[in-house]
Amino acid sequence: MTTPIYVPNDSGARSVGADAVATAIQTVIDQSGLDASIVRNGSRGAYALEPLVEIEAADGRIGFARVEPRHIATLFLGSQLPDRRHPLCIGRVDDVPFLKNQQRLTFARAGVIDPVDLDAYRANGGLEGLERARTLTPAQIVDEVRRSGLRGRGGAAFPAGIKWQTVLDTVAATKYVVCNADEGDSGTFADRLLIEADPYQLIEGMLIAALGTGASLGYVYLRSEYPHARDVLTQALSIARRAGLLGRDACGAGRSFDIELRMGAGAYVCGEETSLLESIEGKRALVRFKPPLPAISGLFGAPTLVNNVLTLAAATTVLAKGGDYYAGFGVGRSRGTMPFQLSGNISRGGIVELPFGASLRSLIEAFGGGSLSGRPLRAVQVGGPLGAYLPAALWDTPLDYEAFTDVAAMLGHGGIVAFDDTVDLGAQAEFAMQFCAQESCGKCTPCRIGSVRGVEVIQRIRRGEAGMANVALLEDLCETMEAGSLCALGGLTPMPVRSILRHFRSDLIHTERGR
Amino acid sequence: MMKSDSKDEIAQVHEILTRTASSADLLLPTLLEVQRRLRHVPNAAIAVIAQHFNLTRADVYGVTTFYHDLHEAPLGRQLVQICQAEACQAVGCRALTTHAQQRLGVVIGTTAADASVTLEAAYCFGNCACGPTVRIGDHVYGRVTAERFDELIDAHGGAEPPA
Repeated sequence: MTTPIYVPNDSGARSVGADAVATAIQTVIDQSGLDASIVRNGSRGAYALEPLVEIEAADGRIGFARVEPRHIATLFLGSQLPDRRHPLCIGRVDDVPFLKNQQRLTFARAGVIDPVDLDAYRANGGLEGLERARTLTPAQIVDEVRRSGLRGRGGAAFPAGIKWQTVLDTVAATKYVVCNADEGDSGTFADRLLIEADPYQLIEGMLIAALGTGASLGYVYLRSEYPHARDVLTQALSIARRAGLLGRDACGAGRSFDIELRMGAGAYVCGEETSLLESIEGKRALVRFKPPLPAISGLFGAPTLVNNVLTLAAATTVLAKGGDYYAGFGVGRSRGTMPFQLSGNISRGGIVELPFGASLRSLIEAFGGGSLSGRPLRAVQVGGPLGAYLPAALWDTPLDYEAFTDVAAMLGHGGIVAFDDTVDLGAQAEFAMQFCAQESCGKCTPCRIGSVRGVEVIQRIRRGEAGMANVALLEDLCETMEAGSLCALGGLTPMPVRSILRHFRSDLIHTERGR
Repeated sequence: MMKSDSKDEIAQVHEILTRTASSADLLLPTLLEVQRRLRHVPNAAIAVIAQHFNLTRADVYGVTTFYHDLHEAPLGRQLVQICQAEACQAVGCRALTTHAQQRLGVVIGTTAADASVTLEAAYCFGNCACGPTVRIGDHVYGRVTAERFDELIDAHGGAEPPA
C-alpha cells in the first residue's frame, strides 16, 4: 500500500522551508521507486517542529521535526521509509506533549488532513454541524449558540448568541454574514492557521450562521498580509461551490448562500467591525458611530452578523455536539475552548487550544518551554498590541476573560507574546503609541491626536525631561483616550502603556531607575 | 517617455475596468489590482476609476491614500517587507531591520534611487511563532537571520520582473 508522507502546506511551515522539503522527498520517490506519496496537510500549529514531516505507520503518524532538504538523503535510504532511530524522529505525533496536552475542538483537524480535500473534511467530522442545523429552525440554531456561552473570539468577547439573535430578529429583505479575518494583532495567527489548515470549517460556520440569521450572502474580509490563506480559501470556496455546498440551494428550500472573499489593504483598524464594513463598501475605513449596531444596520445598511473566524468555526462544534457540550468546557463566563497563540521569545511557539481557566504560566512554561534565547523571561504581552504587558507576579492569572479584566489586562484574540530580560519596556510603551498613531483611522480626536501626543510625551519621559510632570500628563492622556475614543484602537492603546507604568515603571522613568 | 508610460498605464486601468462591475464593493479590489499591476495607483487613473464607479475623484483619492497597501508613487520592482510588530521585536527584528537597510542601501519606508527595491515596515504576517519574518513579493520567510536575509535577497535576484 502506498504510504502517505505529510508535509505541511502552511505559510508558517513554508516560511521555514516546507516546500523545498516536499520537493526533495518527491525527488527521492521518483528516483528510488519508494512506494509513497506526498500529502500536503495543514500545520498542527506546533511551530517549533516545523517543517514537520509525518509518515503514516500502523501505530499512527510518525513525526520528523525541523526537516531540511539536506536531511532527506539520510531520512530515505534507497527505497526505505525513515528509521525511527533517525535523530530527527520525534515518535508518534499524537504523543508529542505540546499536542497531546491540548483540548482541540476547533483545531482537531488542523494538520491532520489535506485542507482542501472536502471528502477528508467530511470523513473527519466535518459538516455534522451543518447537517444538524438544517433540521432546526433559525430560532433553535440561535438557542444552541446562546446555550454554548460562546463569546466573540475576535477580542471583544461579546456573547455570540445575542448578536445572532439580533440579526435574526431584524426584519429585512437582505442580510449578510461577514467573517472578520483581518487578524491584525501581532502575536495572533489562529485565524490564518484555521483558514490554511481547515477552510471548510469556516465555510460551514458561515453557512450555519446564514441558516440561523436568514442571511443570503457572506463576505470574508481577509488581510493582505496572508497571501497563502487567500489562495487556500479561494480554492476551498470554488470546490465548495462545485459540490453545491454554496450557491443557489445552499440553505435548502431554494434559498441561496454564497461567500465572497475580499482582501484588505494593510489597515489594522479594519479589524474593528464597523471599519471593516466601510472597507467592504469601498470607502476609507473610518470607524462608525454605534448605534446603530451592525446587527441592525450593517453592510450597505442591511442587518449584518460580523463574527471572527474562530467564532464562526466554533459554531460548527456547537451545532454538531450541542450548546451544552461546548459550555461544558471552560470556567465562569468564559465557556468552551480558546486557541491561544504562543509566540515571541519562546522555545515552543504555536497554537495551544485549551478550555478557559489554565494559568498563563502553564502556557508559557509547560507548553512554551520558556524563552528561546535561554535568558529569563521578563514580560508577557497578552491580547495583541493593545494588550497589557504582564510581569512574572501575574503569570498565575487564569486564562479567562474576567480574570484578565481584574488585573487590568485582556485576553483579546488569545495572542501571548513573550519577551526575555533584554526587553526595554520603555521602548515598548513608545511603540504602543506609535502603532496607534500609524494605524488610527483619524475619525476621533483622542485617538488621532492623542496617540501622537502620547509618542511625544513618552519620548520626553524616556529622555528624563521633567519626569514626574510628564508622567502625570501621560496618565491624563491615557484617561482621555480610554474614555473618549470611538473604538478599541484609541480606547485600548493606553492598556499596554499603563501596564508598563504599573509593572515596569523603572524601564520608562529613568530618574527612578535603580535596579 | 513619461507620456507613453502613463498612456500605457491608463490603458491597463481601462482593461481592468472593462471586466469589473461598477458596484461600490469592487472599488477596493480594483485599486488593489491597479496597485499590483502598475506598482502604484497613478494620479491619472483616479478620474477614470471615479467615473467607472460613479464617484468623485476625491472619494477615490481618499480611499487610495487611506490604505497602506496603495501607493501614489511607484514601488520598486521588488517589495521587501520586514515585520516590526511585537512578536518579531521579541526575537530581534529591530537588528534585522538595521542589517536590511545596510544590505539594500535603503532606509525603511523608502524606494531605492534605481527603483530596484522598496523596503517597507509591515505589522504582522501571522508568522509570529517563526519570527523574525520577512515578505518578498508573495513569499513569506521565517526565522530570518542577517545571513538568511542576504541569501534570500540573492535568491530573489534583487528584482522580480513586473507582473
